[in-house]
Amino acid sequence: MASPASSKPGEIPGWIYNVILPILNLLAALVVSGILILLIGENPINALWVLIQGAFGYADNIGYTLYYATSLIFVGLGFAVAAHGGKFNIGGEGQGYIGGLGIGLACLYMGSTPWPIVMLVAIVGGAVCGGVWGLVPGYLAAKRGAHTVITTIMFNFIASALMTYLLVDVLIRPGQQNPESETFAVTSQLPQVRDILLNFGINIPPNPLNVSFVIALLCCVAVYYYIWRTRWGYELRAVGQNEKAAVYAGISPTMITIISMTISGALCGLMGLNVLMGDQHRIVLNFTAGLGFVGIAVALMGRNHPFGILLASLLFGALYQGGSQLSFDIPVLNRDLVVVIQGLVILFTGALENQFKPYLEWTYRRLTRQSVPQSTKEA
Amino acid sequence: MKKLLAVLSATTALAAGAASAADVSPAIIFDMGGKFDKSFNESAYNGAEKFAKDSGVKYREFEITNEAQREQALRNMARRGSNVIAAAGFAQEEAMRTVAKEFPDVKFCIVDSAIEDVPNIRSYTFKEEEGSFLVGMIAALKSQTGKVGFVGGMDIPLIRNFGHGYEQGVKYVASGDEVFMNMTGTTPAAWTDPTKGAELAKSQFDRGADVVYAAAGATGLGVLQAAADAGKFSIGVDSNQNWIHPGSVLTSMVKRVDVAVYDCYNSAKDGSWKGGHEVLSLANSGVDFAMDDNNKPLISDEMLAKVNDAKAKIIAGTLKVEPYTP
Repeated sequence: MASPASSKPGEIPGWIYNVILPILNLLAALVVSGILILLIGENPINALWVLIQGAFGYADNIGYTLYYATSLIFVGLGFAVAAHGGKFNIGGEGQGYIGGLGIGLACLYMGSTPWPIVMLVAIVGGAVCGGVWGLVPGYLAAKRGAHTVITTIMFNFIASALMTYLLVDVLIRPGQQNPESETFAVTSQLPQVRDILLNFGINIPPNPLNVSFVIALLCCVAVYYYIWRTRWGYELRAVGQNEKAAVYAGISPTMITIISMTISGALCGLMGLNVLMGDQHRIVLNFTAGLGFVGIAVALMGRNHPFGILLASLLFGALYQGGSQLSFDIPVLNRDLVVVIQGLVILFTGALENQFKPYLEWTYRRLTRQSVPQSTKEA
Repeated sequence: MKKLLAVLSATTALAAGAASAADVSPAIIFDMGGKFDKSFNESAYNGAEKFAKDSGVKYREFEITNEAQREQALRNMARRGSNVIAAAGFAQEEAMRTVAKEFPDVKFCIVDSAIEDVPNIRSYTFKEEEGSFLVGMIAALKSQTGKVGFVGGMDIPLIRNFGHGYEQGVKYVASGDEVFMNMTGTTPAAWTDPTKGAELAKSQFDRGADVVYAAAGATGLGVLQAAADAGKFSIGVDSNQNWIHPGSVLTSMVKRVDVAVYDCYNSAKDGSWKGGHEVLSLANSGVDFAMDDNNKPLISDEMLAKVNDAKAKIIAGTLKVEPYTP
């Protein structure tokens, strides 16, 4: 009952902030959504049940949830790396889009090569293209003082203009109007989890979950290692917390900013691995579909920690998939309402994340007062 | 509207003969623009609504928000017992091919895509270039300055096709006339940006244009507004938009997506449904220019005669309108 021996009396343990607080925020978002649904004239409990069933109820639903989560992990990690260096990268959408170009070109031009080799080349291609899209704003920020919020969002527009040009005029599959490239050769498509399970005699309904989920998990580990277990990560955090102090420690903020923005862009650039190489099997217009922006919310909610990002990605993946199932089953709750629910979750877990903090601390102290009587005397 | 529908349903009814009415459970999937885009998707929605009203059969619906949902939506509809599923937009093509194989007993329809090789897909495309050609003629006949404008939505081949036909129509009337072409953007936001549409229209007016054609979904509403404010003329698209600013909207290039959707459901209901590719053109009123009381004072009999003459020639095949080829 009492707080661990290591912590001071009256101090609030970490799990209160890292576990209880996010859960409270999420519940608050759900309660407000529930009131909204009630006002529309539907049963909120039923709607919540449909949403949960839709996200986790069946094997294919879980597949979709994890599929969305995969994309969000890449962008969330990308955002987190820049954020640790004190830069706000909202260019995940454009970096992911351009990264998809690198991935797509690798798949298109390596026709009959086995997929693991294509995947390695595609990872490099996606990381390089996305990285360049992060490098330029990083360079401008480091050398010219241009704010990354402005430059990265401008780069989103440049990315979409470039991709539209390429897909409409250059890469388009001849003989039709749909702005999309040729379909990738079967050998250069990532195996879907469904196909892998079929080999073991397990047959689940079609869903787009693919091998890139594993790559996303590996990226989580790599980012954790980079930020907290390497010298570069230490330098990155030092610059992020106090640039001037970092200079006195012999760290070059210029280099750190450029490197971190490049890594950030490269991670975002891998989103196409999941969407294009794993599911669509061709380069399509606008495949990022706003996930690059949701990734920011994911990183904020996950407190820029890879494990938090993983959990937040699962939550948002579930909201995406459960939400679409919701509008299937209860057509009144259309896609706009699903966006509202997502927005409320972002609002309560991001913007209002410390809303309940004082109450929570107060409650915790009240509850623990009796078991640690000395602390009250000292206070 | 009734006449148009009658033409199409009459042709299908003829083919049907005395087939018994099948039990239909229709579904519709809208593209990313959303159901109420005042344009393409809304037209599809109107077709579905009309069918629901006429037949009393309810339909399921879904609006796409990202690529992965395309297959999922089609599959979900089929699994839940929908047996005739219409999808609006060419972007559904690949997903529909995949899902149609999984559900050979379900009838699929797609608008704006040409699929001929799948027996349970009925596809509809429109000759937008033909309708655009005629409104291009009207623009050129009306223009005093010899300069006309075109504002497209997102820069994709489909929209270029509108512009391509329009330009040919303008040049057919006055080969020396200048056509300003602008696209609103490169993201799907280009369909829903009336402010930018108005800005583009204004810049074209500043360059001397006095008629502007909007093929840009809800963005076009800004174009029509800008023309009305500046005392210039505009041309609407997809639905008949003449009523929006009477006296300023010259005409509208109507593209009957609603007819396609209605035909899809209705033919399934009366048993005449068959796979294949259907082209909706001037000849079967799939595309046309809109005339009503709102724009009658703007179009002189002489203009109308010229346009109708060209229309007859296009239908007869003596006047060829080139489609845009990517």
